[in-house]
Formats: sequence, structure tokens, C-alpha cells
Amino acid sequence: MQFLIESGDVLLEGFLATLRMLALTFLLALPLGVVLAVMRISPVPSLRWVATGFTELLRNTPLTLVFFLLVFVMPRLGVIIDFQFSAIVALTLYTAPFFSEAIRSGVNSVPVGQAEAARSIGLTFGQTARHVILPQAVRSVIPPILNVTIALTKNTSVAGGFLVFELFASSRRLANAYANETILIFVVIALCYLAITIPLGRLADALEKKVAVLR
Amino acid sequence: MRIRRNKTTLLTAVGAALLLGLTACAPAGSAGPGGVDDSGDAPATGDGPYNLEIAESPEFEEGTTMAELAEAGTLRVGTKFDQPLFGLQGPDGNPVGFDVAIAALVAAELGIPFENIEWSEAISSVRESFLETDQVDIVVATYTINDARKERIGFAGPYFEAGQSILVAAGNPEGIEGPEDVEGLPVCSVEGSTPAATIADEYGAELLAAGAYSDCLDPLRNGQVVAVTTDNVILSGFVDQNPGEFELVGDTFTEEPYGIGVPLGDDAFRTFINDVLEEAYEDGTWARLFEETAGVVLDTPEPPAVDRY
Repeated sequence: MQFLIESGDVLLEGFLATLRMLALTFLLALPLGVVLAVMRISPVPSLRWVATGFTELLRNTPLTLVFFLLVFVMPRLGVIIDFQFSAIVALTLYTAPFFSEAIRSGVNSVPVGQAEAARSIGLTFGQTARHVILPQAVRSVIPPILNVTIALTKNTSVAGGFLVFELFASSRRLANAYANETILIFVVIALCYLAITIPLGRLADALEKKVAVLR
Repeated sequence: MRIRRNKTTLLTAVGAALLLGLTACAPAGSAGPGGVDDSGDAPATGDGPYNLEIAESPEFEEGTTMAELAEAGTLRVGTKFDQPLFGLQGPDGNPVGFDVAIAALVAAELGIPFENIEWSEAISSVRESFLETDQVDIVVATYTINDARKERIGFAGPYFEAGQSILVAAGNPEGIEGPEDVEGLPVCSVEGSTPAATIADEYGAELLAAGAYSDCLDPLRNGQVVAVTTDNVILSGFVDQNPGEFELVGDTFTEEPYGIGVPLGDDAFRTFINDVLEEAYEDGTWARLFEETAGVVLDTPEPPAVDRY
């Protein structure tokens, strides 16, 4: 336990960096996911195609490759951005399609008759989406959204291999400094991730109970 | 059908180009630095790429590790696969470099030929656990001897003294002369390595830590970091691989004695390896192995004194 006493600050710094990355990515990726989902259910074909293309491309590319493109390829093309920022962009681009698909599945759970009824009383597509479909979809969207967020928490560790200091990187730093305590270090790091993901899971359960509807 | 075949060829070419692009960090497979000199002037008497004399049925005390290994006829070695001059995986799958030559020397003294060595990649963070869990017999992997590591494993050697140094872009645009000049500036190294801790804690650089040293080269080219720092021998390999792009500045400012990791408490085995090393210092084998590997780029130093703690 020597490393906790002497280098607890390294661990804390890594933990906070991971939390910060998680929060920023969530705040950027969720709105982007909503936009993508709305584009995919919109009546305009070109919007549907763009959103579908983006979703399929990013969702089926390994996250490591997305990072590689942003951190090593973009600078060669003259786009030089801060590594912290690159990590947020990579995570956002990769996570938004997952959010979008989660939202779309929630929308698909709303009976189609609701949309038909809304259109029949003269609401526009925008109004139908905003006032009828999405409020009902929210209920079934919450669990998958939190699932994606839990996956995102773990995905932030990829940034540790791309010049960003976070929880996973702090484990490697500590393992080198305290070579005789490596197993304990990895256990503590794992507990730090659980300290983020388990409350998220609990939150999901609570929210779900709150907005549950009997169908 | 010809069109279709051309299409396939084109697709294959595009695929290959993509793959190459993605592995652009990997050095071109050449027997350059750390490779073996195949110019044909080496005496073809010894065994393997390093022309080592294989000991004829060596005698060891019953029950020792040496006896077991000689009996088994194979040696399992953990080494680096990504470090030019010391341990770099060649196109045939076998690593080449000075660490590899030293491992082959130990094997030869046990009567084990080069082709019977089983190589595993031992990245920095797993070196102790490889020995503790008996996945390898020895670790020769630019492995700095230090006290924390001595609590978990034993070290024979040192067989080489490296030192931390600084790599900058050619022409040294920032005018960096030593570690004192990088305070507050972004410097790249590998997360969890001793040099990274040194430059951040003792010299106050803003550390940007990558997963591998080769990942530090692009940020240096792009000016995202002003310097890359680690052991001088590793940096020399990069200077050699990328002619005209980088240069080393200043003297080394730490001492990194490279040792050979063996399981904890196996003192007989440690003593045996130390004897092998001292003999190789005496008869010039050590110098020859160095010249054939890392010596392509580095000056051959005096061998260090082994530490029989």
C-alpha cells in the first residue's frame, strides 16, 4: 500500500482526468447522437443517408484507429491540435453513433400510430418529433444510453496510449515506480473504474423506475 | 476476366498500402542497425547469426537451473521487439540486436544453439511477472537494474551502461543543450518508464507520455513536443533509422545499468551468468557482439563491472 501513501496524488490526478474526459465527451456526444438519430428518422432522404453513413463508418471502426487518425494522421495533414482535445474529439465521434442508435431504438419503440395521429392533426415533422415521439421515446432510451456511457467510461482508457494522462496511464506510471506492488496497483485502478461505472448503473436503474410506463 | 483480375490486384494493392500506412511506425524491415552484418567477412565457425561457440555437453551441478536448461536443450528469453540496436524483431520473426546477442551468448554457454531459443516479447511493464510466473527463463530487455525490481527478481550483470539523453529535431530549433532547458516545455517519453519519471519529476518538463517510443517521433516532427527523452542507445537507433531528421543533444544525465533478469533467489544461475559475462569481457567476445549489433551506430564502450550482490 506504499504507493497509495506516497503517490496518491498521481492516482487522483488520473482519476480526475478520466472523469473530465468522460463528462466532456458525454456532453458533446449525446447532443450529436440526438441530431444523428433525428436525421435518421427524418423524411429527407439525403439527411438519412448522411447520418446512416456516418453512423456505420464510425461504429464499425476500432476506437484505436479513430485515435490513430486524429493523433498521428491529422497532424501530417497540417491539423495540429492538443492531445487532450484530440482524445475528446475521437471519443465523441466514436460514441455519438452509439448514442444515436440507442435513441433510434427508443423511438422505434413508440407505436407508429402515435406519429400518424400527430401528423393527421396537422403537426409538422419537427413538432411531431418534439412533442409526441421523443417524450415517449425517452423512457426506453435511458437504459441503453447509460449502457453506452458505461462503455464510454472504459473506452477513455484508450487515450492513455495516445499521449494523454488518465487513470490507465497513471497505473503504468505507478507500476514502474513501485515494481513490487504492481498487482495491487492494477486492483486499485480497476476499483477506480468501478467507482465510476457502478453508480452509473444504479442511476440507470433509478431513472428507469421513475419514468417507467406500463404498456 | 482480365479487368476483374486487375481490379483484384488494385484492391490488394490498396489494402496493402492501407496496412502499410497503419503500421507506418514500424521501421522498414532491414538488417540495418542491430542487424547482422552479412558481408561475408565473419568467420563461419560459430553457431547462429552471432557466430558463438556452443559449449560441448557442459557439466553442471545436479539440480541447478543450468543443469535443467542444458538438459531441456531450450532457453526461453524475454526481450524487446521494438527497440532498434538492442532488440528489434526482424522480418523472419527473430529479434536482432545487442540484447539478443547477449541472450544467445548465455544460451551458447549452456550448450543451447541459437535456433533452440524461444523468444517472447517482454514489454517494460510485464518483465518482472514474466519471470515470477515462469513464462521465461531470463529477461534481456534494456532492463535497468534498480532496488525496487531486486525485490521481485534477481539481476545478473550489468552487461551495458546506458544513460538518459535528449533527442531533438535536426538543427535543434529550440536550442536545447541539456535537461535543464526543457523545464515547462512539452517532452515526449513512454508512460511508466524511468526516463519519463526523471524528466518530469527532476527537471520539471511537461511530460506527454506515449505507449511506445516510436509514437514520440511524429509529435516531435510536428513540433507538438520539443524533445523526446529516454536511454541514449534507443534514441541513437531512431537517429540512425531516420537520417537527417533528428539529433542527440548534450551528455547523458543518468546511469542506466542494463542487467539480465533471472528468477528471485536463483543465486547459482546469477553467478553462472556473471561468470559468462566476465569471460566474454576478457576474450573480446563482448566487444565483437557489440560491434556487430549496436556498434553499427554507437562507439564500443568499455564493458561495465558485473555486480555480484
